[in-house]
Amino acid sequence: MGKRVLLIEDEPNIIEAISFILSRDGWTVHTHEDGETAMDKVLAFPPDLIILDVMLPGRSGFDILRDVRAHAQTGHIPVMMLTARGQDKDRELAGRLGVNHFMTKPFSNTEVRDHVRHLMEA
Amino acid sequence: MPHRRLTGSRIREKRLDQGLRQSAVAEAVGISPSYLNLIEHNRRRIAGKLLHDLARVLGADPSHLTEGVDSELLDQMRAAAAAFGETAEVARAEEVAARFPGWAGLIAAQARRLSVLEERVQTLVDRMAYDPQLASSLHEVISAVTAIRSSASILVGQEELDADWQRRFHENIHTDSRRLADSSEALIAYLEAPQAESATATSPMEDVEAYFEARDVHIPALEVAEADLDAVVAEAGLVGPAAKLLRITATTYHQDAMALPRQAFEDASVALGYDPVALAAKFSVGFDVVLRRLATLSRGDGHPPMGLAVCDASGTLTFLKHVPGFTLSRFAGVCPLWPIFRAMGQPMRPVRADVVLPGAVPTQLRCFAVAQPVGQVQFDVPPAMQSTMLVLPDPPDVVRDPLPVGVSCRICPRSGCSSRREPSIDGDMLQAL
Repeated sequence: MGKRVLLIEDEPNIIEAISFILSRDGWTVHTHEDGETAMDKVLAFPPDLIILDVMLPGRSGFDILRDVRAHAQTGHIPVMMLTARGQDKDRELAGRLGVNHFMTKPFSNTEVRDHVRHLMEA
Repeated sequence: MPHRRLTGSRIREKRLDQGLRQSAVAEAVGISPSYLNLIEHNRRRIAGKLLHDLARVLGADPSHLTEGVDSELLDQMRAAAAAFGETAEVARAEEVAARFPGWAGLIAAQARRLSVLEERVQTLVDRMAYDPQLASSLHEVISAVTAIRSSASILVGQEELDADWQRRFHENIHTDSRRLADSSEALIAYLEAPQAESATATSPMEDVEAYFEARDVHIPALEVAEADLDAVVAEAGLVGPAAKLLRITATTYHQDAMALPRQAFEDASVALGYDPVALAAKFSVGFDVVLRRLATLSRGDGHPPMGLAVCDASGTLTFLKHVPGFTLSRFAGVCPLWPIFRAMGQPMRPVRADVVLPGAVPTQLRCFAVAQPVGQVQFDVPPAMQSTMLVLPDPPDVVRDPLPVGVSCRICPRSGCSSRREPSIDGDMLQAL
């Protein structure tokens, strides 16, 4: 079984595309669509990497990232954030909260795959 | 520079307009050309018979040659100079206004127009950056584009896809393309809307103030017990935040009107000389209610002009009613010496202060102010504070030592002011005024 990626994203067709790409690259992909319960999923399914959308129903990706970093069990997990908002302040906030990579939509499949590989190799 | 000293400038301007030689005019009024030259350069005072003779020769009304320049116009000219650095001869603003009143008015009007446009630009910038509806629309578009790009990329990739996956990604592209079309149309409709309103819109606060100003701050529909607030807001034709703000302001107006019924309050105001303390005692209502209510009394009904300013705890002006002689600017940074701000430092205690604005002819104003909590009281939550100030230009009795205030630091000539935030635009102005 390949390494585990948790994709927290609420757009079904983006979920399907990213899941397909990463699965073909050998990853085991789990998905979750709700911000409110995302941290429960992270704890129940400790992944090797989290791909996290910023705008989620219930709770923002920034809040989830803050919790991931604060929790002893999950603080070390690499996190890649996806956002449709490319503003510098969002990027800076994500950086301060400890994001490993910040990717602005629309992105290419190759970018997603390459950065996931890079983060897991780092 | 005292206004009367500029009489000479106006005489010179009038003579040149008519193409008259200095010697001819001097001879016509029986003085030497050199003396007329001194008068024209404001180096000799002029009044009485000689003034009337010169006015007759020049075909002018004597009062037009001697009248002062509108201090509000001067403030606006200085503010215009402040906004564009220090290249203008600020110390000679009064002279320019006296000699070229049309151009002076144009400068002031352009400065006001620029302020409005700058505010509008800021409103649009804020809208682009923070408007949740716009952010949501853009997010929808970008999400659809991202999904289409990823799905299409998979379909045209090198890998072989079985028929089932191909069908699923084709369906996804189809779904997302329809979603993209809908969200794009919604976005375009949203972006087109403000172009229509931008011709008149400024900020919500200014829209609400313009509504009240157009009605002389008297809304008969809100004076009755069964007032229909929704109808009042609908009739105003305001939309979005301005409509919400108008509803809040109209609600306060209605509550004030119920506490102080118009006819009884109007009669009492006249009888008590518009004394807000006496009025508050007579009707057993809050001082701020009386101040707001006094501001609704119309000059058209024979009442004196009364301006009003309301600010929150940060000093941000949330409502303004200007009257001649009293104007505050949201853009230039208000002088902190106004009683409206002092009242904030002593909540619940009414303040009465006579203030004077700088200028060749200092303008005296009588101010009444009070600061107090607004909104609902809650445990462990600091109250929202609001300060209200009523301003009466030309008070009936003039006090000897009024409190010096200004419009804003940049155009204020006062020296030695401990409240100064920044230097005024031109040191020369300090000596000139």
